[in-house]
Amino acid sequence: MNPWLLLILPIISAVIIQLGLKRSATASALLSTLSVISTLIVSLSILGSDTSVAALDWINISGLDLKIGLELDQLSKGMMIVVTGIGVLVHVFSLGYMKDDEAKARYFGCLSLFMFSMTGIVLASNFIMMFIFWELVGLSSYLLIGHWYHKNSAADAAKKAFLTNRIGDFGFMIGILMLWGIMGTVVFADMDGSQFSPLCTCLTGMVVLLIFCGAVGKSAQLPLHVWLPDAMEGPTPVSALIHAATMVAAGVYMMARFYVSIGTEVLPAWSSETIAWIGGITSLFAALMATQQNDIKKILAYSTLSQLGYMVMAVGLVAPEAGMFHLFTHAWFKALLFLGSGAVIYACHHEQDIWKMGGLLKKMPITAITFLIGTMALTAVPFTAGFYSKEGILHAAHHQPLFWVAAFVALLTTFYMFRLFIVAFLGKAREHGSEEASEVPLIMSAPLVILAVMSFAAPHIASIFPVPSSWALKFDVMPHFDDPVFWTSIAAFVIGATSAFVLYTGKDKDPISIPLFRDKFYFDEIYAWIIKIFQDALAAIIHFFDAFIINTIIVGGLTRSATGIGNVFRRYAQSGSLSGYAFLMAVGVLLVIYFTVFASK
Amino acid sequence: MPTPSLTEYLIISGLLFSIGLGGVIIRRNIIVIFMCLEMMLAAASLTLVAFSRFNVTSKGLPDYDGQMLVFFIITVAAAEVAVGLAIIVSLYRARQTIHTDELTSLKG
Repeated sequence: MNPWLLLILPIISAVIIQLGLKRSATASALLSTLSVISTLIVSLSILGSDTSVAALDWINISGLDLKIGLELDQLSKGMMIVVTGIGVLVHVFSLGYMKDDEAKARYFGCLSLFMFSMTGIVLASNFIMMFIFWELVGLSSYLLIGHWYHKNSAADAAKKAFLTNRIGDFGFMIGILMLWGIMGTVVFADMDGSQFSPLCTCLTGMVVLLIFCGAVGKSAQLPLHVWLPDAMEGPTPVSALIHAATMVAAGVYMMARFYVSIGTEVLPAWSSETIAWIGGITSLFAALMATQQNDIKKILAYSTLSQLGYMVMAVGLVAPEAGMFHLFTHAWFKALLFLGSGAVIYACHHEQDIWKMGGLLKKMPITAITFLIGTMALTAVPFTAGFYSKEGILHAAHHQPLFWVAAFVALLTTFYMFRLFIVAFLGKAREHGSEEASEVPLIMSAPLVILAVMSFAAPHIASIFPVPSSWALKFDVMPHFDDPVFWTSIAAFVIGATSAFVLYTGKDKDPISIPLFRDKFYFDEIYAWIIKIFQDALAAIIHFFDAFIINTIIVGGLTRSATGIGNVFRRYAQSGSLSGYAFLMAVGVLLVIYFTVFASK
Repeated sequence: MPTPSLTEYLIISGLLFSIGLGGVIIRRNIIVIFMCLEMMLAAASLTLVAFSRFNVTSKGLPDYDGQMLVFFIITVAAAEVAVGLAIIVSLYRARQTIHTDELTSLKG
């Protein structure tokens, strides 16, 4: 089937819903779901085949020849399966979750817009096109976070996400322009990494880091991670699709695409190390913050941050295949966890505090078991999807200081995920909402089951891996029992799970309290303080400039001098005396005669 | 009797114009100012006549165009005097004065 359909179907759906179907919520929901199912079928049909499409001309001026084209290799095709596959499940889940929402049509319209933008990022054939879609996912993310815009917190979170992303995108844009300056092209297929080699590594490293800036914003790495936890104000299926599985992974995908285009040999070591450390520190900080959160979605959000840090760390360790593989498996089980939390929230009458839940295992067995499967995949229990991909990253980090960071994060991941599971699903119900909870309808539980299956099956379907064949992905079904990395991973799991069980079984409130972690290392406060200091200073300078220089000196000075000169004329020339006027006229005539007759000689 | 030359005519004319201009500037009585204005007009007419008299064409006759123009000036001036005096009369009726010192309502 024609790959252009991948872009056309969602945008048509978004346009039709936005322009015509705003009133009929059911029709727009069905149209949106239908379009995403069709794109999944198209993505499956182009899988494995050697499809290519002619690019359309867009801009052609001297030195810049831009085309709208599709890059169809294993990296993008595999990523399309992730995007559309999880997209379908999230759409179906949303049919149940958003059943009674009053702005259902707008919600599904925005979902279609998001599918369009995300497809654009994945399939873009050049950096400029990718950047445009990059901004478009930012827009659709903004619209969906602020879906319940009458809640102040949601509106603020949407703004925060958009503005924080702008900071990263600015660096990204400079990076693209520098890359264009070096390579002379922005088309992925035409890039030649050898043009990096004659240049100073300080310059090329700067290019890599500036492009990575885009990933820092979109994939919520330190120090721009603050928007992602707040983005949980959006509807939960959106958090699953955008803020866990696809959009936040776009940064990692973009770096992988960049590495494919220029080749990994020419990357300067210092920029790669910086990227790896940013990823490692992000995953560590996020995992620490996750251990003290009480909101079920916030825990998962910090867990997403932490896993994104893992992927970025793999990218920085020049093991993009491990990063992409983790992205691929993580997408399935993190979408599962988010949709599971959505089902819990739905069943508990929109209660998100895990300390008010409890005993849900008996009341919602399907949700609880699928959630447990997701937890196991995330905590890298052997034979789950997460085990294989996390193993790959640990291998990439082996024999480096980052290995211990990664292992400690794995321990923390197990700890906070089992804390969540024990508190929310085991024990007895603590509040009214969780007492009344019952299993969610089939339309919501079916996606959970499919995702749970994928949490096991994903690593075994090699044809949909978003990993180019040129990258050797090390992957064995059976774990290596003589491998220290394997035993480190198992030890991390055992310690984390045991301490979670010991600390949290049967507790009704958190036995440990670490304000530093609960308050997110005070990042928000520090940023607010920095913004206050710098913004106030800047505002004072600008105010001085505006009030004193522009207003008083330039505008006021001009008007005052005009008034002054006018007053002089009014007072001395406009005397009202007829003879005075006659005299001035005579002087004028004489001057004219003098200048024309005598002075011109 | 020697005929005056063009220069002498122009000097007379310039004197007349200057006296008129001086009168317009110095005098306060609006009727006198008006008379002075007429004198400036006459000075200009005299110049035209003089130039006309001394501009002899190829046929041996003066160019009479300037003198024709003077007739027009006299006619128009007569009409203008009528209008001007009427304005002065209505000004006097409105303000009970024809002294320009007292007519300063244009003062800015």
